Amino acid sequence: MELKTPLYDCHVAAGGKIVPFAGYLLPVQYTGVIKEHMAVRTACGLFDVSHMGEFLIKGADALANVQNLFCNDFANMYDGQVRYSPMCNERGGIVDDVLIYKVNGEEYLLVVNAANRHKDADWVKAHLKGAATFEDISDSVAQLALQGPKAKEIAAKIVPAEGIPTKYYSFVKDVDVQGIKCLVSRTGYTGEFGYEFYCAAEEGPKLWNLLLEAGAEYGLIPCGLGARDTLRLEAAMPLYGHELTDDITPLEAGLDFFVKLGKDNFIGMDAILAKGDPKITRVGLKITGRGIAREHCDVYSGTEKIGVVTSGTHCPYLNAPVAMAMVPVAYAEVGTQLEVDVRGRRITAEVVPLPFYKRA
Amino acid sequence: MNIPENLSYTKSHEWVKFEEDGSVTVGLTDYAQSELGDLVFVNLPMVGDTFATGDTFADVESVKAVSDVYSPVTGTVAEVNEELADAPQTINEAPYDAWIARFDTITDQEDLLTAEEYAAFLETEQH
Repeated sequence: MELKTPLYDCHVAAGGKIVPFAGYLLPVQYTGVIKEHMAVRTACGLFDVSHMGEFLIKGADALANVQNLFCNDFANMYDGQVRYSPMCNERGGIVDDVLIYKVNGEEYLLVVNAANRHKDADWVKAHLKGAATFEDISDSVAQLALQGPKAKEIAAKIVPAEGIPTKYYSFVKDVDVQGIKCLVSRTGYTGEFGYEFYCAAEEGPKLWNLLLEAGAEYGLIPCGLGARDTLRLEAAMPLYGHELTDDITPLEAGLDFFVKLGKDNFIGMDAILAKGDPKITRVGLKITGRGIAREHCDVYSGTEKIGVVTSGTHCPYLNAPVAMAMVPVAYAEVGTQLEVDVRGRRITAEVVPLPFYKRA
Repeated sequence: MNIPENLSYTKSHEWVKFEEDGSVTVGLTDYAQSELGDLVFVNLPMVGDTFATGDTFADVESVKAVSDVYSPVTGTVAEVNEELADAPQTINEAPYDAWIARFDTITDQEDLLTAEEYAAFLETEQH
């Protein structure tokens, strides 16, 4: 039985094509993946991401727990800052990738993947130590993502100036958005400028309609999971279950920047150190042959099977098929010529730098 | 949903047109294209390829997924719509003009649905 987000009726009313995803009924598209994708790149798109999980860690030892649970370093953060981090198991594999919001030194908000919510909750609870409490507030929170170059103008119409976070990966909480209490962060999963709004579940539909109304003159349209996936893939953002799994270390996934091995300790650090330099790595592939490489397609160098595609699609903005794949580091150099088996047919591919798309 | 009266249909959402010379032209229905979403790639057969009923003779890719196109007849590919290779979105825009392949030397065909039967079949699919 799939759950509905607080926005479910809004999606149906807007003509969203509803599919089950990570235990929720969500719109895969409204008007078409390509149109929605292009709206985010050139104007603005609105996404319901209320399926994401939200946890609170509070207490005198909140920072110590965050430091222990996550690979990144949180010691030098200011209140109102957001930081991305993998969360690892003892083997150095990735339990999930998470956004950590520092409310203050004794309160952190964690935003986790919907599909991992219960796994993550169990993991965090099992490893909590000292004076700290854990709370899963996912069901009481609606989350909307306003993404695109016009997001700033749209937000300015309904959000008070002091409630708009100016720095990338910062947030303002207790913002009064036309009577709706929101946390507003400059974050997103599209590779584009944008904000994410968190509010009480029951206020979600009101905020959704308010944003759509404010954005209409700027070309804002509602966007579904389909565009969310093509946008994140074009921006080469990893997705849990594809580029990241319980068996892939953050170094193998190319997330070195978010792993601070100089820290005192975090769960999985010893295993990551013991493994040494990664033997496999995440690469970007431009498909030069005819076809689209999809997840699970085998990657070949000559006759030798060397790796596997983790995500692949046709990217609307680039108007070309691209993929991400895990391959041995020997094949990771830009310009390396490889082949992908697409349903029994070999098509040519070339290793290219990531991301495929970077906002100007 | 557009379902022209003059065509026949399969339960796998191909439309079939019987030409005067005995050959048949095959494409994807309006329902198929709307379910698939924006099409970005079509893998076409070669002229001279032979297929039996139910064989995959082409595949189409939308942004999200790949889908097979099944042959409603046993026969030989006489002609393919090469324009689809460069403009797969034609299937979204005009599904009944965007034919995929024409078959001749037909020795067998599957049981096809009339427009009315196909409309009724879609009703059951959707509920």
